[in-house]
Amino acid sequence: MSVSNNNNFSKGTDLAVILLYLIMVAVGIMCIFMVEYNPNLDWSNSFLTAKTNFSKQIYFAIFCGFVAIFILLIDSKLFTALANISYVLGILLMLATFVLGKNINGSKSWIPIAGGFNLQPAELCKIFTALILAKFISKPETDFTKLKSHIIAGIMIALPAVLSIMQHELGLALVYSAFIFAMYREGLPPVILVILLSFAILVIATLLLEPTTLAIIITAIAGLFIANMIKRFKRNKNNILIVLAIWAVSFGTVRFAVPYIFNNVFECYQSTRIYSMIGKEYDCSLNKKSASSTSEKKTKKPDDYNVKQSKIAIGSGGFWGRGFLKGTQTRGKYVPEQHTDFIFTSLGEAFGFVGTFTFLALYLFFLFRLIRIAERQRSTFSRVYAYSVVGIFFFHIAVNICMTIGLFPVVGIPLPLISYGGSSLLTFTTLLFILLRLDADRQMVLR
Amino acid sequence: MSMYNSNRGGIIQIIIGVIFFLIIAQLISLQIFSSKYVLAANNNAIFRKIIYPDRGIIYDRKKRALLENTISYDLVVIPNEAKAVDTATLCDILKIDKAEYSKRMIEVIIKNSRVKSGIFEPFLSAELYAQLTENLYRFPGFSLSERSIRSYPYNTAAHVLGYVAEVDVNFLQKHGEEGYEMGDYAGMTGLEKQYEPILMGQRGVKRYLRDNKGKIQGPFEKGQFDTVAIAGRNLFTSMDVEVQQLAEKLLQHKIGSVVALNPKTGSVIAMASSPGYNPNLLTGNQRRKTIGRLLTDTARPIYNRAIKGQYPPGSTFKPMGALIALDEGLITPSFGYNCFGLYTSCGDPRKCEHHNAGHAANLQLALANSCNSYFLQVFRMAIDNPQYHNAKLGYLKWKQYVNSFGLGRKLGIDLPSENRASIPDTAQYNKDFGGAKYWNSCYMLTLGIGQDRMTATPLQLANAMAFIANKGYYYTPHFIDSVEEEDEVDKKLLANFRVKQQVTKIPTEYFDIIKEGMHGVTVFGTAAFIKVPGHEFCAKTGTAQNPHGKNHSLFVCFAPKDNPTIAVAVVVENAGFGATWAGPIAGLVMEKYLNDTLTKESKTKVDYLSNVDLMPEAIKAWYVRNNKTEMLTPIEYNNDELADIWDMEMLSETAPIKVKVDTIKKLDTAAPPVQPVAPPIKNKKTKEQALNPKMKKKKLNNKKINVSI
Repeated sequence: MSVSNNNNFSKGTDLAVILLYLIMVAVGIMCIFMVEYNPNLDWSNSFLTAKTNFSKQIYFAIFCGFVAIFILLIDSKLFTALANISYVLGILLMLATFVLGKNINGSKSWIPIAGGFNLQPAELCKIFTALILAKFISKPETDFTKLKSHIIAGIMIALPAVLSIMQHELGLALVYSAFIFAMYREGLPPVILVILLSFAILVIATLLLEPTTLAIIITAIAGLFIANMIKRFKRNKNNILIVLAIWAVSFGTVRFAVPYIFNNVFECYQSTRIYSMIGKEYDCSLNKKSASSTSEKKTKKPDDYNVKQSKIAIGSGGFWGRGFLKGTQTRGKYVPEQHTDFIFTSLGEAFGFVGTFTFLALYLFFLFRLIRIAERQRSTFSRVYAYSVVGIFFFHIAVNICMTIGLFPVVGIPLPLISYGGSSLLTFTTLLFILLRLDADRQMVLR
Repeated sequence: MSMYNSNRGGIIQIIIGVIFFLIIAQLISLQIFSSKYVLAANNNAIFRKIIYPDRGIIYDRKKRALLENTISYDLVVIPNEAKAVDTATLCDILKIDKAEYSKRMIEVIIKNSRVKSGIFEPFLSAELYAQLTENLYRFPGFSLSERSIRSYPYNTAAHVLGYVAEVDVNFLQKHGEEGYEMGDYAGMTGLEKQYEPILMGQRGVKRYLRDNKGKIQGPFEKGQFDTVAIAGRNLFTSMDVEVQQLAEKLLQHKIGSVVALNPKTGSVIAMASSPGYNPNLLTGNQRRKTIGRLLTDTARPIYNRAIKGQYPPGSTFKPMGALIALDEGLITPSFGYNCFGLYTSCGDPRKCEHHNAGHAANLQLALANSCNSYFLQVFRMAIDNPQYHNAKLGYLKWKQYVNSFGLGRKLGIDLPSENRASIPDTAQYNKDFGGAKYWNSCYMLTLGIGQDRMTATPLQLANAMAFIANKGYYYTPHFIDSVEEEDEVDKKLLANFRVKQQVTKIPTEYFDIIKEGMHGVTVFGTAAFIKVPGHEFCAKTGTAQNPHGKNHSLFVCFAPKDNPTIAVAVVVENAGFGATWAGPIAGLVMEKYLNDTLTKESKTKVDYLSNVDLMPEAIKAWYVRNNKTEMLTPIEYNNDELADIWDMEMLSETAPIKVKVDTIKKLDTAAPPVQPVAPPIKNKKTKEQALNPKMKKKKLNNKKINVSI
């Protein structure tokens, strides 16, 4: 709903989204406070000296507020103008981390900047990628029904993703798959979605079943198809060839691609986490990366400690929750990384199902609101960008919450606007407020 | 161009909605339908600390504490904080080596993890405690932790009080809902077990929040779920510590039991069982050393003979037999029996100790002289009572009487595992003799003089005396008269002890007659030489044959004659005549209770009796074989000083050997001829086993012929 206001500054800006944004940031600060709470600490003092995470997060939020206002004051044409150059800059920054990078939590993706703060270019690249994707699709010469356009867009997205993997940030790399929403909306054939889904099922099946069993099943299905075709169409060479090709690809995936990815692309701990999700043990001695790094132990037990404690925290909340500051899992610091990736657990423990449901309902409303905004744009640029934002937010929320409740392997993805972290908060603020700025000018056709 | 795809926005919304639905479904399953997570969270984070209340104390009739709580100290350690410990000094103090030190440290870590404190050395001795306090600064991470243990200032009444011990798995299974946990202590025997719920009090629980490293963060929820420990309540008995100590002392070097009751209330004044043990040996660090030894001792020092020992009552049963016959109208007080030293009416002659004419000319004389023939005849009259048509019915009536006197059934004393002993059933005789038709009063003739298959516990005998003293009723014998701050539950528990057990309707005149007879025993009868200064009393001696060797010496009595306030039963196993050993013991116990002090002459008697060794040879031989000293006897009864449990250890280890040798020597050389207190006993030759009867039908334990003084 466009709320018209006399004030020129906020004219056309979607206040509902801003309100939801403020609520989310406030909830986030409250959650971080719950994680850190300790009755013996002098709060006012630690707040002023910014020694605690929650007070730092408040400073981040204030800073982000200025950034938001600044963005709302920028002319929206600037975003289309800067889309290409910012993307290039982002990629250069990511490459720079390989030289300047600082190691935080095992991933070398941070560039130290003044004042003890660190910048993660991969986070910023999400924004730049969204902009360049919007720019590319909205170009009049681009026909997004063509495969060529799909491939170009795919490369734009894959480049920062690959760089993220090289920085050992699998979670951030996965986020780039969120652009599939925008691409789908702009004409990506659904077949591709179906193929991707089938592929995902195949990968999961590979993990769950014995390779030989699965190979027999795939072969049997292919055999049945061919037998069926011979009966019905006599001999249609093409169809049979397609079936055979699919069979070959599936078989290759099962026997070669998946083991290769697990043993050569993933880190040992990542493979272990994925295996532990389905209750299996991964033999790290197969992993090339761990084999090369001698310091690491060759084999590890499935480390599902995080997920176990996280589920205990959320589950112990029950229906009504244990109450504000009364969660024992949170107070006893049983959930590792609770203030960042596992922040959802403190909410679940303190406020129970009522709290988590309300939270998810708010977020669902938020996402639907963004989709509504996306659909009311006249310019393709704004719409593509809006769907990119929806995709990124949704992917973060879904993956983050799913991993805390044991539906997804643990990957380091923060919960947007809630998790502690300046980079993350700044990225999401920027993403969102650029969208709001574009939305305010939705009558304008941007190129 | 892309406008054609506008429906795809809806599809994206559906995809998002589906994923959110999945998340919410999983949240419902986690948060609403799984209770295990709350448990897991509590296990993680809530540390329950149990606050143990002080156990209740048990007092005697003069409000002297039979047992108390004392503080013992454990050396505890938090392994993580035990850094830079002066191990050499510590090992020196504890007298362990370094290997033992690291072994214990590992044990503590295994049991209680690195960050919680675990016991390094339990129950420190006073000396160790002093040394450690002085040097504690050298041992960071170590500290001394208090715990409350039992102590027994009078070293007495071990069997009655029982002991507390750490609960085991079986106990936890049985008492699952009472909130006991591994490592708790609970009463295992005696009054400690019987009154466990009252003595224990209510444990308090404090809940602390613990973090992922096991560190305590502070009270959970500001302590609002904590419960306060409520101290156990005290128990009040009518026991008399001094009488109890005297009884135990008199039973030293003997196997037997003394029970003294107050007939007016049923309260136990003293209950001793020998061999016994010093209750302080089962507390603190003494327990581990002692318990095995006590359990394997052939004389069974843990066994409370007063309520579990089954002895043929012998002649002490005679007053009861007479009572039955009087009430049935079978005899009158003037009924006499012409006994010439043998009872021959049933074929095989049964011996009587007396053969002078007229020793059983009437009931009183027969009781005073304990004439076997007279009471065998009386028994036969009761069984063959024409009123009941046949011997079986007569026997049942007789048994009913005997049961009503408290024999052959559990009295319901407030101690665990009381024995009912035995008054045989007709079924047993039917089995023995091939049917009800085939037996008559002659077949179990010696029941009349407390032999055959009749057995009774010392408690039952004392209670039977209380019954006669009261002229027809008794109170259920009990220790606990009242509970501190008695509530309804306690009143219910003690209700049975506060009502008369009005079991028979025998006229009081008959009791007067029996009393006169029993008074005669102490004036001119078998116990005429036993005197209680200042008091007339009634008594009956007993010398019971038994299959285990020498006759048991029994004595039952009550005093003063006209207003009895104490009823006593004494059994000394395999000691001989009732009047020789059991009698003087009972006399001294009565004197102590009634006069509160002993005359000089009595004190000498006590010294003599307490040193006489009447242990059966087989048991002595066992001690020699197993290279054990009799650790149980030499308890120093000192009322003025509280016993020091560390001293007790010394006593039990060293002193006994000397005492033992002394007493044995004394017995070997001096004892038999020199009997300064015991008067000459008539008829020494009664011991010989004459007149072995031959039962015609089935085998019967033919050892059971009565010999009686």
